[in-house]
Amino acid sequence: MDTKRQYEVVFIVDPTADEDVPKLTESFSQIITDQGGVITRAETMGKRQLAYEILHHKDGTFVLLEMEGSGREIAELERRMRVNDRVLRYITVRVDEDRRRAEKLKDRRARKAAKRPAPGEHRRRGERMEFAEAAGE
Amino acid sequence: MASNYEDRQRGGGYDSDDEGDRRPMGGRGGGGRRMHRRRVCRFCIDKVDLIDFKDVKLLGNYLPERGKILPRRISGNCATHQRMLAEAIKRARNIALLPYTTD
Repeated sequence: MDTKRQYEVVFIVDPTADEDVPKLTESFSQIITDQGGVITRAETMGKRQLAYEILHHKDGTFVLLEMEGSGREIAELERRMRVNDRVLRYITVRVDEDRRRAEKLKDRRARKAAKRPAPGEHRRRGERMEFAEAAGE
Repeated sequence: MASNYEDRQRGGGYDSDDEGDRRPMGGRGGGGRRMHRRRVCRFCIDKVDLIDFKDVKLLGNYLPERGKILPRRISGNCATHQRMLAEAIKRARNIALLPYTTD
């Protein structure tokens, strides 16, 4: 298993420290690259209302980072985020496995569609077939 | 489907604890109709392979009033997609994109 792992990290920044967002994003990205990871996407999702209060904050700025690496970068990144007062909450999700699985499902569907007789021959059963195909059998 | 269920909740405005949710479905004349509503997985039709936890709009459809995850028997989702959906909702809750509960 030599493949790189892919992660999505979303963190919420204290809205009163809004000016720091670019700086924070930059420094977190730096941490990852220092550890040998690669940032594939860094995006501010903007300020939005929180579904519930976190440390008495009703809203926060959401930032999304997507990275690729061995997984050790995440440990360091999370440690930093934990001690940073301006980060209200963070979540790390490993996405490569799910994405690969999605790819596979898509592939399988494409192959099934190719094998099946051209649409039109089974006009009347068209809908039903589509459903069966999506269910995977 | 899901949206209908929601509309009803919003429109009806009953104080829903679990009872309030369940009764009208099983009991009243409307119940039979709901059972017959297209029992097909939306995600299968749309050929969704991945449900993103950041997609609040989509996930919100499956969180009725109370903030509980809409059960499969009502949404009609297939097991695979319901699992993905539940996972995504739980992640979204963790980072305050969606509520754990609403009172």
